[in-house]
Amino acid sequence: MATYNTNEFRGGLKLLLDGDPCTIIENEFVKPGKGQAFNRVKLRNLKTGRVLEKTFKSGESVEAADVIDRDLQYLYNDGEFWHFMDAESFEQYQADENAVAEAAKWIKDQDVCLVTLWNGSPIAVEAPNFVVLEITETDPGLKGDTSGGGGKPATLETGAVVRVPLFVQTGEKIKVDTRTGDYVSRVKDE
Amino acid sequence: MMLARVRAFFAELDVLEVETPIAGRSAGTDPQVEPVRARYTGPGASAGTALYLQTSPEFAMKRLLADGSGPIYQVCKAFRDGEAGRLHNPEFTILEWYRPGLDLGVLIEETLQLIRLVLSRGELAAATYRYADLFRRFLDVDVFAATPDALRATAIARGVAGAETLDLDTDGWLDLLMSHVIQPRLGGDRLDVVVEFPASQAALARHNPDGHTAARFEIFHQGVELANGSQELGDPEEQAARFEADNRARRSAGRQTVRVDQALLDALQAGLPDCVGVAVGLDRLLMLSLGRADLDSVISFSFGRC
Repeated sequence: MATYNTNEFRGGLKLLLDGDPCTIIENEFVKPGKGQAFNRVKLRNLKTGRVLEKTFKSGESVEAADVIDRDLQYLYNDGEFWHFMDAESFEQYQADENAVAEAAKWIKDQDVCLVTLWNGSPIAVEAPNFVVLEITETDPGLKGDTSGGGGKPATLETGAVVRVPLFVQTGEKIKVDTRTGDYVSRVKDE
Repeated sequence: MMLARVRAFFAELDVLEVETPIAGRSAGTDPQVEPVRARYTGPGASAGTALYLQTSPEFAMKRLLADGSGPIYQVCKAFRDGEAGRLHNPEFTILEWYRPGLDLGVLIEETLQLIRLVLSRGELAAATYRYADLFRRFLDVDVFAATPDALRATAIARGVAGAETLDLDTDGWLDLLMSHVIQPRLGGDRLDVVVEFPASQAALARHNPDGHTAARFEIFHQGVELANGSQELGDPEEQAARFEADNRARRSAGRQTVRVDQALLDALQAGLPDCVGVAVGLDRLLMLSLGRADLDSVISFSFGRC
């Protein structure tokens, strides 16, 4: 069982707390001049995304979580699991709905995603910051409208719905920022 | 600039500036304060001898006092192992002074004046609270009667995350509640003085006649601990007993003991005048006077860059 001493605490370190992997966001050393030293730590639970706080006695050791981030290529969804592959080792991983979460709205096969593996299994999937997706359905817009004002909903090939300018039509490809869900631009086919 | 003001302050009071060794053959034994260790080999110590970098200049200054120095102050570096963070740096600057014959209350006033001077906040109000009163007022806790389990329950009730699994003794729990719950509320736009610490947290202060508190005070501004002072313990037997108890606590915690300062005990034996003394963290004071939030921004090369 690997452990970390509080002296090793720093942002990004992965700990196992109450059975869940967590990453340190902030670590503050607190000590009265003549008293006991503490590490007051802010962490993110990597499974739930929730932020929590915890105080440790300085010098204590805490169990490490075997967590790594890896770029994996999305292959397909079998109805229950999303399958990913390491492009170098060809090793495959399956991620469940909890792990893929929001990323499911944006990814299509071939996309390379940042996947967080805990004990070798995906617990979180981050879609690429920008994706290019085809519009499968949107109301025909008014001719001559070239501005971004107003806009209308458009359904994309992955099922995600984003607001697009009125001039964008079904069948066109658009670039979307997955962090905000915002339309960025139209993309012309080569 | 800050140092010029400090020196002018003490020149006015007719307190003598002194310098004492930073590295010595013995050090403070306080189990909560760990010295940085060094080594010297050469003339005078052919087989090599362990040295400690001082955690404060207290012992050497008390030897001067016992030798009849009269009131003295010092600005020097001190070192503490294991302490690095927003408000801690393993090497830091202490301003420490001793006043024979003065009352603790007078020293507190003098310290408040010094702090106001460095902060350029002459009007800054001050309030004084007993340690036990703070715990009663903020936490409804009787510090002299509370058990570790009761203090744990208080910490959990006050939302100190992780309190469920911490393993602490009574003073450890009091430190936790003080640093996590009470201290952040101290000295907002004031100077808050905390007096009458529990006897178990006396450090090198005299015990009060009430039997359960010590004549020690701390001063806080904006939640930051700036000063720690006391009516100095002058009794050599009591001092030797505290050294002994500290080293016992170190052994039982599996930590290195610290060589007891026999020269200090001899000085106390010869007679330390009745005196009060205080240490001020100058880096922290400079940090607050410049409106900064961490020591790193006022130390030229803090740990990690030194």
